[in-house]
Amino acid sequence: MSGMSRAGWIRLFVVSLLVLMLEVACRAGWIDPVAVIAPTKMAAGAWNLLASGSYTKPILLTLSNVAMAAALSVVVGFAAGWVLYRLPRFRRAADPLLASYYAVPTFIFYPLFIVLFGLNRWPLVAIGFIFAVVAMALNTLQGFERVPQVLRRTAQAMRLSPQQTLIRLVLPSCAPHLFTGLKLSIVYAFIGVIAGEFVLSGAGLGFEIAFAYNSFDNATMYGLMILLLGFVGGLNMLLYSWERRLYLRRGGR
Amino acid sequence: MRDPASAMSPKPTTEVQPHARIRGVTRVYPAGPGSQPVHAVGPLDLDLHRGEFFSVVGPSGCGKSTLLDVLSGLALPTEGTVEFEGQPVVGKVPDGVGIVFQEDASFPWLSVYDNAAFGLRRGGMAEAEVDERVEHALSFMGLGAFTNAYPAQLSGGMRQRLCIARTLVTRPRLLLLDEPFGALDQQTRLLMGDELLKLWRETGATVLLITHALDEAAMLSDRVGVMSARPGVFLDLVSTGWPRERDSNIVSNEAFGRITARLWHTLRTESLKSMASGQGVARR
Repeated sequence: MSGMSRAGWIRLFVVSLLVLMLEVACRAGWIDPVAVIAPTKMAAGAWNLLASGSYTKPILLTLSNVAMAAALSVVVGFAAGWVLYRLPRFRRAADPLLASYYAVPTFIFYPLFIVLFGLNRWPLVAIGFIFAVVAMALNTLQGFERVPQVLRRTAQAMRLSPQQTLIRLVLPSCAPHLFTGLKLSIVYAFIGVIAGEFVLSGAGLGFEIAFAYNSFDNATMYGLMILLLGFVGGLNMLLYSWERRLYLRRGGR
Repeated sequence: MRDPASAMSPKPTTEVQPHARIRGVTRVYPAGPGSQPVHAVGPLDLDLHRGEFFSVVGPSGCGKSTLLDVLSGLALPTEGTVEFEGQPVVGKVPDGVGIVFQEDASFPWLSVYDNAAFGLRRGGMAEAEVDERVEHALSFMGLGAFTNAYPAQLSGGMRQRLCIARTLVTRPRLLLLDEPFGALDQQTRLLMGDELLKLWRETGATVLLITHALDEAAMLSDRVGVMSARPGVFLDLVSTGWPRERDSNIVSNEAFGRITARLWHTLRTESLKSMASGQGVARR
């Protein structure tokens, strides 16, 4: 029978159980409602926020910022990965920087981006971009490096041109790595943009969550959090299922 | 069948127009960082006759695969010339030459059918013709029931057959096989050898097989070239004298043992030399 796997059912059961326990704890008054509200109230809050339309603008602003940051990081990251692959000396020089890249708190560059781009959406897009771009570049590099030598020899044996080799053999061969880079870029762009809005910005979903938190408006805060988790979780599940299909066809190779 | 004992001397290689010809070929890999240049093969002379089955055996690291690379045009010789059908081969695989590698070269993202059709579609062949050739090649290689499967769903032997089918559909006149059965078990190799002989008879192609296995070379070939340790040169060319209609049952023939023994006699000293110099783990 097709559908959810046994592991999927177990996962659903565990999550449902945790939500149910939280619901019971909140309803029974074991948890202070100033700190956490019942999951059903969170869900109701999320629905009301969506239905009222009052948060449509910040939601769309955040999603469009994430989309731009992710798109830019995928395009630039792919190009950077290809350059690193083609120029091994440059790659060797860049290796220490790449290895320690995620140790740098990229949010410190926000003031610089404001100076560069002005007080608008672009500094946040830039934060999301620099957070995501290296993941795409490294996965692209890894993908190119792991194309089996025998495929390149096969391309020669079949008299493929360099362009045909790239499009018909190299890119399909490294597709799983490229897809992982794409997935990570989207996730990192989300984290970069939301965290930037949360701490540094005056607009967007992250800012609205922080504002509701500071105003002790738990229904709005948890409602927005549920919406955000829904976006990210839904997107991630979609990407995961595509990735899984890609790998299954290749038998995990 | 000719008496293989009388066929032990090398067959003269002075036919008017050999299908492929190698003259004075050497291949030296240039020095890398911290390493010396590697003189892999040569000087080598070889004539491949149209429609013959020629195998090359030799110790590990003796340059067998380098020989195939140079003959196919995948690599340029450092010195010497290579010709195929009278035309020089210069750093590009000529039309009419098909190559099957030792490693699995199937495309994991394509179905068995699309793998086999890959080369034909690239050449812009009409889909009806592609269909006919692919179906014939797949059924010939025993993969007719797996057209919609993906390589990951096939065994190692089936994937190798798929690679042979993918080469076969292009109807090569010279088929170069670089240890295609190296990763398979002995029984499967014998059966694959039968398939290869069938293929050779049906297509009439000239076949050059690189192999480690002396029994495989002795069973399949019209002639076997025995290479020395690096730099590889031909020490002996053994004509087997087998009839064209043959299969793996030939291993029970008394002459098979004598041919294999002769190959081993020549090869044993070279293999010891190769082991002593660590060539088995060096770049070929």
